[in-house]
Amino acid sequence: MSADSNDPGTPTASAVAAAVRAGTTTAALVVEQHLAAIAARESEIHAFNLVLAEQARDHAAQIDAAVAAGNDPGPLAGVTIALKDNMCTRGVPTTCSSKILDGWKPPYNATVVDVLRDAGAIIVGKTNLDEFAMGSSTENSAFGPTRNPHDTSRVPGGSSGGSAAAVAAGFAQVALGSDTGGSIRQPAALCGVVGVKPTYGYVSRYGLIAFASSLDQIGPFTSSVEDAALMLDVIGGHDPMDSTSIPQPHPSLTEAIQHGVEGLRVGRITDLPEGADPDVQERLEAAFDALRAAGATIVDVQVPAFTFGLTAYYLIAPAEASSNLARYDGVRYGMRVEAADTNAMYGATRAAGFGDEVKRRIMLGTYALSAGYYDAYYGKALKVRRLIHDDFERAYQHADVLLTPTSPTVAFKFGDKGDNPFAMYLCDTYTIPTNLAGHPAMSVPFGTGAEGLPVGVQILAGTLQEPVMFRAAAALEREANK
Amino acid sequence: MSERISAAVVAKVARLARLDVTPDEIDRMTSQLDGMLGHFADVDALDLSDVIPMTQPFPLVNVFRADIVRPCLDRDEVLAAAPAAEAACFRVPPTGGES
Repeated sequence: MSADSNDPGTPTASAVAAAVRAGTTTAALVVEQHLAAIAARESEIHAFNLVLAEQARDHAAQIDAAVAAGNDPGPLAGVTIALKDNMCTRGVPTTCSSKILDGWKPPYNATVVDVLRDAGAIIVGKTNLDEFAMGSSTENSAFGPTRNPHDTSRVPGGSSGGSAAAVAAGFAQVALGSDTGGSIRQPAALCGVVGVKPTYGYVSRYGLIAFASSLDQIGPFTSSVEDAALMLDVIGGHDPMDSTSIPQPHPSLTEAIQHGVEGLRVGRITDLPEGADPDVQERLEAAFDALRAAGATIVDVQVPAFTFGLTAYYLIAPAEASSNLARYDGVRYGMRVEAADTNAMYGATRAAGFGDEVKRRIMLGTYALSAGYYDAYYGKALKVRRLIHDDFERAYQHADVLLTPTSPTVAFKFGDKGDNPFAMYLCDTYTIPTNLAGHPAMSVPFGTGAEGLPVGVQILAGTLQEPVMFRAAAALEREANK
Repeated sequence: MSERISAAVVAKVARLARLDVTPDEIDRMTSQLDGMLGHFADVDALDLSDVIPMTQPFPLVNVFRADIVRPCLDRDEVLAAAPAAEAACFRVPPTGGES
């Protein structure tokens, strides 16, 4: 299996599904190919918290039986998928890579799990993540880090590092992750695959274990822009179980990528925070050139509040997390440390169950929300969030999409960020403002940088402007494959 | 000694968060939180007096669903996931203690 997502020889998910539906290949064969890839390299990569080999084989047999009986198993028939282990799967352990949920089996499926299954996709496993999706390297997992398939001495990014690595290593055709501040796009960039954070509310979050509810969004990892479009066409849409899901149908992205970028206005943010390495910057410039050559117009825009994204995010996200994670108290699910009374049980359970980064964010969030500090921190962060949103809206009056680096660097080595939390937070400089605004953004592999490691370019667009974002992504991919 | 946050405040926040912390952890967290709050001072120069706080990307409206009996989570399945259950209830240690 290839680790190069731009390899034109890798069949797309839609090609696999078409072949399975037509009976020219079988879901059983597709599953065995991916299980063989997992057997060959998973001990080295550790993309998964749990591989569901037998369940995947059983599901493949059902799909092949359906095809044999003349029934259509759906648009993702036989497509293998890896799920980030913060999405609930009924009766199958769902851990968030945290000791506090170790062994917990949810009593229900996330909506995306049911939707994917109904579309014929086959779940091959639950992928590793930074505990409760808090991190940018997957080093914060309670079950050990995931390694980057391109260079196993380096991180895959995070928090959805297991999902990104699973697609890059050919363990699954596609994967799902969640993105609160860059947790899909940054690992996609570091692993050389496509990763999309759709508009807030585009995909149901019912059954996604909450980190920061005004920011979290589910999205796909794929080897191609076409597969990402197909995935969002399947999982996007309103869900009565998620009151934040947008109550209107989404236009087909599979159709949108049939159109080129002639006349598209591509924005260059002239006041973008500095900090990207020269090799990453060079690829960004090449991406502007590629889109210009494909017929787009490059325009200069300003987003002055972009630079305050980190501050607003690292007050708002921990504040919301401190509230969301209050539910892990040893009463209804997960682990419990026994104690003489409930208060002692809460404190001891949470101290034993959460890792350092999760504790740090709970503390920061509780502090930012506490009496006497609320106005100075959380209240101020919410106002800065408004500035960021409004600055983007003004920029989108002049540009259809914006281009930035996804990550300031290529994949870094384990331990590189030391124990300075802020050094790790800087990994998300370019991805965080999108989540605060609620807009869509995606990372597309665009060549390599230092040490031959993948570089991703980020495409940003306004609310529900996925069709135009995907047109730019498809154009970049075509140029990258030339 | 930290400038923005004291060890006493960190200890109080840990109690609010129902998180047992050791004296070593209090020291480390005090220093790390102080460092982060220092980075966050970049917004201090902004005039935010007329800015309306933004809590959500979209304005949300309350949603009511039809008052119809529908299937829900299985009680035994839910209770089976709890650390302790008894007589169709979650079982916890005595409440009322101060810690």
